[in-house]
Amino acid sequence: MSPSEKRISGRGATERRALSARAVFAGPGLLYVTLFMSLPLLLILVYSFFTRGRFGGIVWDFTLDNYGRAFEPVYLKVFGTSIVIAGITTLLALLLGYPTAYAITRLSPRWRTIALVLVVLPFWTNFLIRTYAWIILLNSEGPLNSALLDLGIIGAPLGLLYTPAAVVVGLLYAYLPLVVLPVYASIERVDRQLLEAASNLGASRIRTFVDVTLPLTLPGVMIGAIFVFVPSMGNFVVPELLGGGKTVMVGNLIRDQFLEARDWPFGSVLALFVVFLLVALFALQAAISRRINGKQVTRV
Amino acid sequence: MTPLLSIEHVSKAYDTTQALDDVSIEIQPNEFFALLGPSGCGKTTLLRSIAGFEDPDSGAISILGDDGTSMSLLSLPPNKRPVNLMFQSYALFPHMNVRKNIAYGLEREGLSRSEVDARVAEVLETVSLVDKAKARPAQLSGGQRQRVALARAIVKRPRLLLLDEPLSALDRKVRVEMQLELKRLQHEVGITFVVVTHDQEEAMSMADRIAVMHDGRVQQIADPVTLYSRPANVFVADFIGSGTLLPGEVSGDTFSALERRLPCNNASGVHGPAVLMLRPESVRVTPDDSDACLRGAVIETHFYGGSSITAIRVDGVEQPVVARSAGAPRYSMGEEVGLLWDADEAVVLAVGGSSETPP
Amino acid sequence: MSKVGWLRLPLAVTYAFLYIPIVVLVIMSFNASKTPFVWTGFSTKWYGELLNNELIREGFINTMIVAVSATILATALGTMLAIGIARYFRSAIVEAYSLAPAIIPDLALAIGLLALFSLIGVSLSLVSVLLSHVVFGMAFVAAVVIARLGQTDSSLEEASRDLGASAVSTFFRITLPSIAPAIIAGALLVFTLSLDEFVVAYFTDGPTTPTLPIVIYSMVRFGVTPEINALAALLLLVSFTIVLSAQRITRLTDSV
Repeated sequence: MSPSEKRISGRGATERRALSARAVFAGPGLLYVTLFMSLPLLLILVYSFFTRGRFGGIVWDFTLDNYGRAFEPVYLKVFGTSIVIAGITTLLALLLGYPTAYAITRLSPRWRTIALVLVVLPFWTNFLIRTYAWIILLNSEGPLNSALLDLGIIGAPLGLLYTPAAVVVGLLYAYLPLVVLPVYASIERVDRQLLEAASNLGASRIRTFVDVTLPLTLPGVMIGAIFVFVPSMGNFVVPELLGGGKTVMVGNLIRDQFLEARDWPFGSVLALFVVFLLVALFALQAAISRRINGKQVTRV
Repeated sequence: MTPLLSIEHVSKAYDTTQALDDVSIEIQPNEFFALLGPSGCGKTTLLRSIAGFEDPDSGAISILGDDGTSMSLLSLPPNKRPVNLMFQSYALFPHMNVRKNIAYGLEREGLSRSEVDARVAEVLETVSLVDKAKARPAQLSGGQRQRVALARAIVKRPRLLLLDEPLSALDRKVRVEMQLELKRLQHEVGITFVVVTHDQEEAMSMADRIAVMHDGRVQQIADPVTLYSRPANVFVADFIGSGTLLPGEVSGDTFSALERRLPCNNASGVHGPAVLMLRPESVRVTPDDSDACLRGAVIETHFYGGSSITAIRVDGVEQPVVARSAGAPRYSMGEEVGLLWDADEAVVLAVGGSSETPP
Repeated sequence: MSKVGWLRLPLAVTYAFLYIPIVVLVIMSFNASKTPFVWTGFSTKWYGELLNNELIREGFINTMIVAVSATILATALGTMLAIGIARYFRSAIVEAYSLAPAIIPDLALAIGLLALFSLIGVSLSLVSVLLSHVVFGMAFVAAVVIARLGQTDSSLEEASRDLGASAVSTFFRITLPSIAPAIIAGALLVFTLSLDEFVVAYFTDGPTTPTLPIVIYSMVRFGVTPEINALAALLLLVSFTIVLSAQRITRLTDSV
């Protein structure tokens, strides 16, 4: 055997070993993800093309009606409401989250860690309890109203709870940490020399922020926006508990199709909409991110 | 002549280190000036203090204004200083194309669109990047990025251009080309250049004058030839070029080592322990040892094509004496030889504490 | 205001917004009143009442069964997956695929799992909740461990193999000790995730074995009692403790 042949067969053995190591380590996990994520998502894709069973479940008659139903005015209105509520929530989350993230990057390393942990901490607590806290806070007899009454700012309790505004506040409370983290990471990544360069070329602080920091952190801002917007669309707990069921969002619709109306195919269509929204927004984010960094050939 | 930039007694300390220690430098209009030193010597801190990204603890930095009066830089924020900086990393805005990067500084001056366009077009011509105007930095080669960074800085027509390690990100071949290019551009645009570098060859080949820095202090300010042939102290002698430092002692006006009086150019400013600096090309190797200054045995020879290096061990001296001569090596290993040099080319330097600058 | 001064404002607003509801909730848990919104006086009686509430006790046991099992399974699978990806696959696509369960909208995952379980005839119970929690729990463990593996040097493992150690012994002697903090942190996160998870459990749990979040949901929905405040305060304490421990063990914020 010539030396080169030996090397080739040697590499083959290494490759075979690596393949078996892959199978041993990653195999079970990948199989699990496939069985309990991909298969379920594939299933709702399949269900969306078939007919509802009388008591839930599915009848195997192919149809596109489920997709057609999504365009009925009553559902379009729900989409409209969802987009407005989720959109306002996202906007507020960015308006509050961006300056917060920016301020955190300016802290000393020690305080930076503490500040980040404090932002993340509520996110890891029970979501229902966090929502419930706002029921207490916003209640007509609750602390906020009594404080305002005591201070004489208002004459009668405000009906804060069970309003669209309460839904926005609840969603903002749930997802604000998800904006701060990616935005923080993106601000942190901006090369300080670029800011100095702008300043050296005559740009004021504000100008430098607008011309350099903001565009370069746009990919992080978009990630944060996606992390707020998509889950807000699919959230059914907050509209129910804080909106009093008066504000119906896509999430409520999906829940009802599965647990009350027993129309799984239509519920599947709605759920797919949320999944595709997520995928599409991520694709958009990736494209914009590439464009900002100039990694793509620009056609002018 | 009134200096364009004067740095007077500037000091700056960080927690534990003295980054700048009483630095005073005057830079003349249209000069190509280099700040040279090993990393951590304070040269970058000085550059950043001029640009406004560091605040010195004490001292003054002032620049000659358009009206001929001197104006303090330290009271101005970085974006108001008439000084431009070319960053080591180039710091090109990745989200803007070449044209926009270059136009950025002009737009901040509030110039009209047509004037901005005209000046950008002109500078693109100067750095030969007209066809890359619409490319993004990520699509350019290292050399092209360097030229964009340069164009972005010179298009502002600053009185003073600071360049932080301008060539260090380039590979060797491009670096040599760019050295010549920078020199040519400086001549063409008539801007005063201050280059920070750790590469002595780069500084020597480009600069009119060089300030050698070490431990936050200026060691010597001189033109390249003087720095090489008349270093002010042991640090400069060691840092610039190569050569042999022969330890010995000065008494009166003579330098002696190994109980011999050795020829040297001027020992009168030094007393006590000293070294004699011998540049390789000043040392002549002779087979005949009758009037040799020192004698020793050849321990190494290297042939570099046009010239060769011979290392000679002299008994009692730790460091071998190195000699450079034209052509192939003429001596073989172990051969006993004599060493000769002209008194004028051997410089005596005090050991410990600095000596006066030799004439 | 100074250049740092105005930056304090968003920080103050954000932290006030994030923590005032939590503080109010904790204060209200010590409220003597029968209506959970109106403060009348200090009392710890609702903490005592918690123990007598059959529904809450049952929910707590169900939740612990799921959370402990999910933690064990998800930690084992997630760690292996992370090593497989970081050391043998090195493929961004495989990595994204493995971490997707952490990002996919929970409602879509929940109804998909409901559809799957009903199709293959798995009756809804704590087992179906467990199987569902493992899928995203695994993704969180994998994310934390991959981040850690990215910081440790794979040449250590190569050196071990080169010095004659078998793959198995290299794994136990070199790889595992170096990523142990990340594994523990990941396990703590899965535990608290599973403990608090509502949406997926709501769709995949059977009617006779509600988990604690499902119990809380129906309590909040159909009549709020002051015990909830006490329960909520305790759960907040548990989550805070777990997450802060995980943060101490490995710098969590670096990998989130």
